[in-house]
Parts: sequence; structure tokens; C-alpha cells
Amino acid sequence: MPLAGGEGSVNPWFSWDYITANLDSILEALRAHVILTAQTMVVAIIVAIPLAILGYWVRPLASPILGVSAVLYTIPSLALFAFLAPFTGIGSITVLIGLVLYALLLIIRNTLVGLQQVPKDVLEAADGMGYGRWGKLLRVELPLALPGIITGIRLATVSTVALVTVGVIVGNGGLGELIDSGLHNGNNRAQITTGILLCVALGLVLDLLLALVGRLITPWARKGV
Amino acid sequence: MNYINQAITWLNDPLNWTNPGGIIDSLKQHLWLSFLSVLVATVIALPIGVWFGHSGRGGSTVVAVSNMTRAIPTYALLAVFVVGTAKLGAPSVVPALAIFAIPPILANAYTGIREVDPEVRDSARGMGLSGGQMLRQVELPLASPYIWAGLRNAAVQVVATATLAALVAGGGLGTIITAGFGLSIAAGGGQIIAGGFLVALLALLVNGVISVFAYFLTPIPLRGTTRRRLFRQRARVVTDR
Repeated sequence: MPLAGGEGSVNPWFSWDYITANLDSILEALRAHVILTAQTMVVAIIVAIPLAILGYWVRPLASPILGVSAVLYTIPSLALFAFLAPFTGIGSITVLIGLVLYALLLIIRNTLVGLQQVPKDVLEAADGMGYGRWGKLLRVELPLALPGIITGIRLATVSTVALVTVGVIVGNGGLGELIDSGLHNGNNRAQITTGILLCVALGLVLDLLLALVGRLITPWARKGV
Repeated sequence: MNYINQAITWLNDPLNWTNPGGIIDSLKQHLWLSFLSVLVATVIALPIGVWFGHSGRGGSTVVAVSNMTRAIPTYALLAVFVVGTAKLGAPSVVPALAIFAIPPILANAYTGIREVDPEVRDSARGMGLSGGQMLRQVELPLASPYIWAGLRNAAVQVVATATLAALVAGGGLGTIITAGFGLSIAAGGGQIIAGGFLVALLALLVNGVISVFAYFLTPIPLRGTTRRRLFRQRARVVTDR
């Protein structure tokens, strides 16, 4: 089989005709993909950052929190969906729970490392200025850990975008559905390529957006400011 | 809990192990696919990583390769190779999985060689070692903890992602899970959980076994020195399951 299908090819790797004819279903898959990614990241951030703060405050808890999330991370996605599906059913909720569990490790680890890297003399200065535990956390420690936290969120977002596709097995794979139906539809190459390109593009665009947000909310980290 | 009981029953049925396409067959296939993928990735990535590290060039290429592969979904690449090669099984699965095994091997080989103390390099050169001798006798032994860590990460990742081969009819242990989903959850729930359990167990086992191997293959004075850094690095390099 030829690798590159050109104009005359019956089953081309890329086809504007396919895209214009199926624009609605493509956009629908993209929408589902974006929604799942956004939901995953919101839940993961809400769960991971308090866990990281807990591990930072209560040192003996740091290793168990990191250890458990590392074990979860080692479990293949298909196996995780297999554990969840009989209890949570076929649908978005199963995908969401699985993806959140994966995203946790990256965010927890980066937040924890970011918090632990706050310089000692800065903490002493904060203590000397009379900050309490919460004031110090919100005004000194978290802002200084922000670059690390944002890196964690960026990594988790890109990996979530890629992992959503595996959700096809439990009924909602976003752009993975395009790939899946492309495979079951006489190996429709244009459909599969479109799914992949959109997936990679989405990951890169979100990564850039988050990098930009990170730059805007940490003006002090920029050089020459 | 009903499904968990079904899973235990399913695992206790000897026919599920010995049937053609049963657990033993799938496991063999899974390990064979994984082995080939890591082999292909090693043959490609290790010399390049070592060369980049030795010559001090190509650092940005290493980073670019890692970033690019992170954004590509494994399932999508598997689908591309199935459609592109028009073959099921090893010919389509191995190249796809090898692509994801390249970044950890490449990055660790490069970093390991780069991290060799410049003073050690200088004294090796002062003792009259040629470039090749320095690579074999100084840089490679000192970089070995990193190189083993890279191979370990790659192997663990490949064993985990080889599960996805089942989504494109490529075989492996994942087929137990996909077959269970094919039966619907009510009928196949036990099998789905049993398959998930086997796959997760295999991933954790491979992780443990390779760590032990890597530990004993690392020169004694270097054992444990880079563990912390490697642990952190793993989170960065291995992201797509």
C-alpha cells in the first residue's frame, strides 16, 4: 500500500472533501475532547493542590501521597478504565475519573517541589513580618511556587489531551471517536489523520495558552522587570 | 463487589489461562511485542543519545523529540501504523510503540554523558585517552545509571502502552479487557476487571524487576546516587499511558 495518498488516491491521508463533508461531526468530537480535558484539569487542580499543600505542611505525608499517585500513574490507562467501568458505567464520568487520577501525579509533584524550593530566608522574613500559616501560604509560598505549579498543569494538560483518545473503550474518547470510527469504517485514512492532527494541535495550543497565562500571572519571574 | 467476585471466578478458571488466545498466549504476545519495541527503540536512540552527549551537540533536538511525542496520542499512532502498513500485530504495533520508547532512552543517554564531570574528562584526556577510549572507559560507565534508568522507563512505558494494541486488534493482554467490553459490562464485567488486574500487575512487576536488574548492573559506587533526580525526570518524560 502506498504511504502517501495523493489527489487521485481512493483513500487519501488527508482530504478537504472529507473535512467539509463531515465538519459537524468533527467539531462535535473536538468539542467533547475540549470539555473532557477542561473538566479533568479543573477537578485535578482542585484535588492536587490541597494534597500537595498537605504534604508540604505534614512532611511524613509527602511520600505516601507521592507514592500512591505514582502507583496510579504506573497503571495503564486501559486497565484503569477497566477497573472503573463496571462500577461507574459507560460514559464520560468513567473517562473523567480515570484522567483525573493520571493528572494528579504531575500536578502534586510539581506543586510540592515548587513549595519546597521556596528559599529559607524568604520564609524567615515572612515569619518576621508576622504572617500566619495561611497568610504565608497565600502571599509568599504559593506565589513563589507558581512557576512549578504551572509547569505541572501544562504537562498534565498535554498528557490529558493525548489520553482522552483511550476513552473510546468506555464510550467517550473525544477525537478518539473519529479515529475509532475511521478504523471501523474501511480504514478511512483522512478521518484518522484529521483526528490525530486536531489532537496534537489542541495539545500544543493549550500548552502555549497556559504558558502565556503563566507569564502573565508571574510578572516577577520575567527577566528585566 | 459482584463484579470482583466474577473477576476472581474468571481468573480461577484454568481454561481462561490455557485456551488459544487465553491469558498465557496474550501474555507471551504482550511481552514479545514489548521486547521488540524496546529493542528497536534502543538500537535507534542509544547510539544517537550517546553521540549527542559525547559531542555536546543536539541538546535541543533531544528536548524537541520528547515534547513532540508527548503530544501524540499512542492510540492514534497505533491506528496510523495499522492503516499505513495494512498489517495487524507486530508489524504495525512495534514501530508505534518504539517511537514512544525513544525519548526516555535518548534523553537519559544524552543527560548521563553530559553530566560527566568536566574535570574527569580533562584528566582522561591528560592521560592520553582518545575520544573513543574516553567514551568506552570513562563516559559510558559513569553514565550507566542514567542509561539504565532510561531503558527502565522505556520498558515500563512500553509494557503499559502495549495494552492499547488491543484497541487496534494488535494483540497482547489488553485483548482480555477489550473482549470483556465487547461482551457488554453486565456479561463481561468480571473479565474486564480481571484483565485490568493482570495488566496493572504486569506493569508494576516489570517496573520492579527492571529496577532490581538496573541496580545490580550499575557500577557499585554509582548506585543510588541519581535516584532522586531520575524519579523526578520520569514524571517529565513518561506521560502518555
